[in-house]
Amino acid sequence: MQQDIGVKRSIEEINQKIKQGKAVVVTAEEMVDIVKEDGVKGAFKKVDVVTTGTFGVMCSSGAFINFGHTRPKIKASKVWFNDVEAYAGVAAVDCYLGATQVQEDDPLNKVHPGRFKYGGGHVIEDLIAGRQVRFRAKAYGTDCYPSKEYESIITINDLRDAFLYNPRNAYQNYNCAVNLSKKTIYTYMGVLRPNLGNATYSTSGQLSPLLNDPFYWTIGVGTKIFLGGSIGVVTWRGTQHNPDVLRGENGIVKEGAGTIAVTGDMKQMSSRYIRGVSMLGYGCSMMVGIGIPIPIINEEMAYFTGQSDADIFCQVVDYGIDYPNAIDRSLGEVSYQELKSGKIKIMGKEVPTSPLSSYFMAKEIAGNLKDWILRHKFTLGVPQVYFPTVEFKGVVE
Amino acid sequence: MTNKNIKKNVLLIFSKEVMYKPIIYRLAADFKIIFNVLEAKIFPRQEGRLILQLEGTQVQIKQALEYLKKEGVKIEILAEKIKRDENSCVHCGACLAVCRSDALYLDKETSKVVFCAEKCVACGLCELVCPVKAVMTASIEMEV
Ligand code: SF4
Ligand code: SF4
Repeated sequence: MQQDIGVKRSIEEINQKIKQGKAVVVTAEEMVDIVKEDGVKGAFKKVDVVTTGTFGVMCSSGAFINFGHTRPKIKASKVWFNDVEAYAGVAAVDCYLGATQVQEDDPLNKVHPGRFKYGGGHVIEDLIAGRQVRFRAKAYGTDCYPSKEYESIITINDLRDAFLYNPRNAYQNYNCAVNLSKKTIYTYMGVLRPNLGNATYSTSGQLSPLLNDPFYWTIGVGTKIFLGGSIGVVTWRGTQHNPDVLRGENGIVKEGAGTIAVTGDMKQMSSRYIRGVSMLGYGCSMMVGIGIPIPIINEEMAYFTGQSDADIFCQVVDYGIDYPNAIDRSLGEVSYQELKSGKIKIMGKEVPTSPLSSYFMAKEIAGNLKDWILRHKFTLGVPQVYFPTVEFKGVVE
Repeated sequence: MTNKNIKKNVLLIFSKEVMYKPIIYRLAADFKIIFNVLEAKIFPRQEGRLILQLEGTQVQIKQALEYLKKEGVKIEILAEKIKRDENSCVHCGACLAVCRSDALYLDKETSKVVFCAEKCVACGLCELVCPVKAVMTASIEMEV
């Protein structure tokens, strides 16, 4: 159920304007300046849609693949793409290929830090790029599905369906990672040098989709998005979605909070926006490009989307000792403006910072989405189911 | 050719025959090269590897390198040792955390991660951490 948030401009109204070529669309970066110049009220009057973007490693990604019926037919119980196993316990020729599944015979972390050269994310990238992939299936055989083995070189065109289905993407904010231990560690937050040697962070800050709609007033099941270069959709809240976290007076979350599950057709995607990744000492995963258009339905939304890197904060967390031992502790709070300056101060020490998600690509995606709406009349999806949220207690002047 | 000073990072490989000969000091004495030792590694009784930053005019550096070659030192120009596939790089910044020369930096204007080959010491760390394998390098370590 959605709380009463006082909608002053409905999504339907905005879609009308988009169709008539009258909608004003800006990126979240541009919105910061507009709100500064024209104030919240002025920005609300002026702008209909704010586009956002993010591009980074997003675990909890994968693909549902239907590889089509073989002759004779097979009810596969185990399948592999380029020796990366996909989960086949779905149906006869359906499977789920997870982004973090590592290729068989990989030495993993036996020689630490392992390289993790190839995994599910790479298969998905290869398929989207139209490259050839070796497919194998095994089965026990039944009267209706007699075949016990199948092997063939395929491309995405040979697959009946290939849908990206990511159960948790676009985390609304995330930790800034440091290492208080005495040795270098290799984590999903990158390489962290000992004794507070460096700090890494991983969101696009002011451009990040869910940071621009902190209470999920406009993003819900049915929201149409940019996913991997083509049109995707938000299909549910993501796993671990949690609205009930530390928030600033501006309503924006100061730690990991909301998430979304997203789906799209891999056959329409571009390998520029979906990349298989190998993380040293950690494993395989996938970089995903996501952009969400935010309808400015009231003045509050103009205010939220106008927040800049200086107004968005995250927690500094130790991945050397605290995180692996599930010790829930923050070493302090820093803004994205500070993080992007190249250094932050933690426990009295100046620490160099570097990002893990690409702001360059995030900007490109937000720009693409703006283009879609303005030039190709891409309309906004009206959420059919809203996500669990909390109340916004602030007052927007 | 100009008289402007330029900087060049080089990897010098000294085989065991020349490893203990006094060679390096002559770069300064005879060729007026200002040099900076960026990294050094001795593989006892096999070879020595030295990464130097040379500073001097084009001509001075050229002559110094010719001298080293004559003495039997193998030279690798480091700016040529590391390559980044510009089509593959996504400008994520993962490599920034490990680069200890200023060869990689984030350009605030374009939000791109810039690779400056001249400053690279070819340590190979960015190749190891690049999640999309956009970097290819050879390093101070001996290849097996
Ligand atoms: S880690 Fe690789 S992809 Fe990322 S910025 Fe560096 S070279 Fe580019
Ligand atoms: S090899 Fe990479 S990490 Fe090492 S100095 Fe060169 S650019 Fe920096």
